[in-house]
Amino acid sequence: MIVVREYEAMLKAYGKAGGNLDALKDKEVGNLVIHGNEVLSANEVEGIEIETEETETGVNVRLLVEEGAKIKYPVHLCFGVLPQEGLQQIILRVEAQADSAVAAVAHCIFPNAVEVVHKMDADINIGDGAKFCYQETHYHGELGGVKVIPKARIRVGKKGMWQSTFTLIEGCVGMLDYDFELFGDEKSVSELLVKAFGKREDEINVLEKLHLDGKEARGLAKSRLVLNDNARATVRGETYGNAPFTRGHVDCLEIVNGKGVIARAIPLVYVNDRRAKVTHEAAIGSIDNKQLQTLMARGLSEEEAIDVIVKGILR
Amino acid sequence: MLEIRSLRLTLNGKPVIDGLDFKVREGKIHGLLGVNGTGKSTLANLVMGISYPDEGSIVFEGQDITRYTVTERARMGITLAWQEPARFEGLSVREYLSVSRELDSTEIENYLWVVGLPPAEYLNRAVDGSLSGGERKRVELASVIAMKPKLAILDEPDSGIDVISLPHIMNGITEMSKQGSAVLLITHSEEAATVAKELSIMCAGRIINSGPPREMCQWFRNNCAACNHIGEPRYRGA
Repeated sequence: MIVVREYEAMLKAYGKAGGNLDALKDKEVGNLVIHGNEVLSANEVEGIEIETEETETGVNVRLLVEEGAKIKYPVHLCFGVLPQEGLQQIILRVEAQADSAVAAVAHCIFPNAVEVVHKMDADINIGDGAKFCYQETHYHGELGGVKVIPKARIRVGKKGMWQSTFTLIEGCVGMLDYDFELFGDEKSVSELLVKAFGKREDEINVLEKLHLDGKEARGLAKSRLVLNDNARATVRGETYGNAPFTRGHVDCLEIVNGKGVIARAIPLVYVNDRRAKVTHEAAIGSIDNKQLQTLMARGLSEEEAIDVIVKGILR
Repeated sequence: MLEIRSLRLTLNGKPVIDGLDFKVREGKIHGLLGVNGTGKSTLANLVMGISYPDEGSIVFEGQDITRYTVTERARMGITLAWQEPARFEGLSVREYLSVSRELDSTEIENYLWVVGLPPAEYLNRAVDGSLSGGERKRVELASVIAMKPKLAILDEPDSGIDVISLPHIMNGITEMSKQGSAVLLITHSEEAATVAKELSIMCAGRIINSGPPREMCQWFRNNCAACNHIGEPRYRGA
């Protein structure tokens, strides 16, 4: 009975957070719903195996995408802690076998958090020719009492593709310590993107590391941050061109929009093959004056114009 | 509709706008022709409220708006399209056109057609660096038309664009006039200036002559092209 209540509460929060409730009920759509350390729902579809093991502090999850499987609908994942306090530790093992293709949409929900810790340790293997798109969106309350610590080690096989987007723009961030490290094999294509909106006393640390180890591997580490009030952020984007004809780029933009804001960007580009090329661009600054004036010349107030610009950057 | 009286602005000790008097009539295209550095863009910024003059006044529809903010002027019906339009990450053409007022899909599509951009191809494009200079200027003009302003200040809408974009830009300006907007068209292209009903020649922060476009273009060729005295014109007081 308690599990049913929690499931319903999670669904309600998931719906409020903009999640697709129909997708969680549809048998043709793979899903996994975890509240705290309880698995409330898991639905496998053809080509996907989901194994879970509840632990004292969270859940161990193993997700397997079978060789050659092309998964029609995105797999929906929902993780959350609804009470004010709690620890959720997700240990995630993903194996996307050769030539498979899948998209996963994760919603992480902590609407009432006062002292909540959400940790994810992911070990992800993308097989040769496989494609994996991972989109993680967080929904936090306004109290900022969450520590989010997602860490992932991703290996992308030959001609494989990885694309991930981590979004935390609803509610207060609290503390974010994002650490994704990716190793790309020959002709792989990889993209890491982080979008966060820091407010009040939020603290954001982002580390995106790309090791382009195979010939002609390509990668992009991108981040978009907007910081208000007294928010602090440090973004480290590192790209290593370790093989011939690798191409990598670090692209960091931090908009500073508060008197107490502290923003840092630390790009690192490293090449140990003369035929590799890695580049970086990092910009920290206030809202672009020309953008502001353009929108104000269309009749928007300064606040409305800032809102439009910020939403665009974080989209 | 717009009356500028004895406007002066000095920057770094040099008069950039030097006692300028000027009028734009309702629903008409008024061209402003001049070589680089004569203060045309500065005048555009003063009219829009991006910067403020040291002396003189700007009167719009009988109201002194000299100290009004950009937003206040825009809400009265004045807008400006910059020579180098801003680019916006994550903002689609559809959203950009609707930023000033609610528009339905048909209206947005119509405004894009006016500037020669097929809606199916452009509606969901971002107004960022992925658009070429010509495309961006056409989107900018479409957004100005979509606002239905009483006065649109177009700062060199024809500069730096390809030959394919130019007729669409000119078409957009003409359409804007047909919908009842007055246009202050800043240019240094004689070809662009000919769409105007009246043309003024600007030099060293002043209007030095005004009249019918073809006559003024001829006057400009005969006098200004040979002048080269940017900032120190021979025609001071002409």
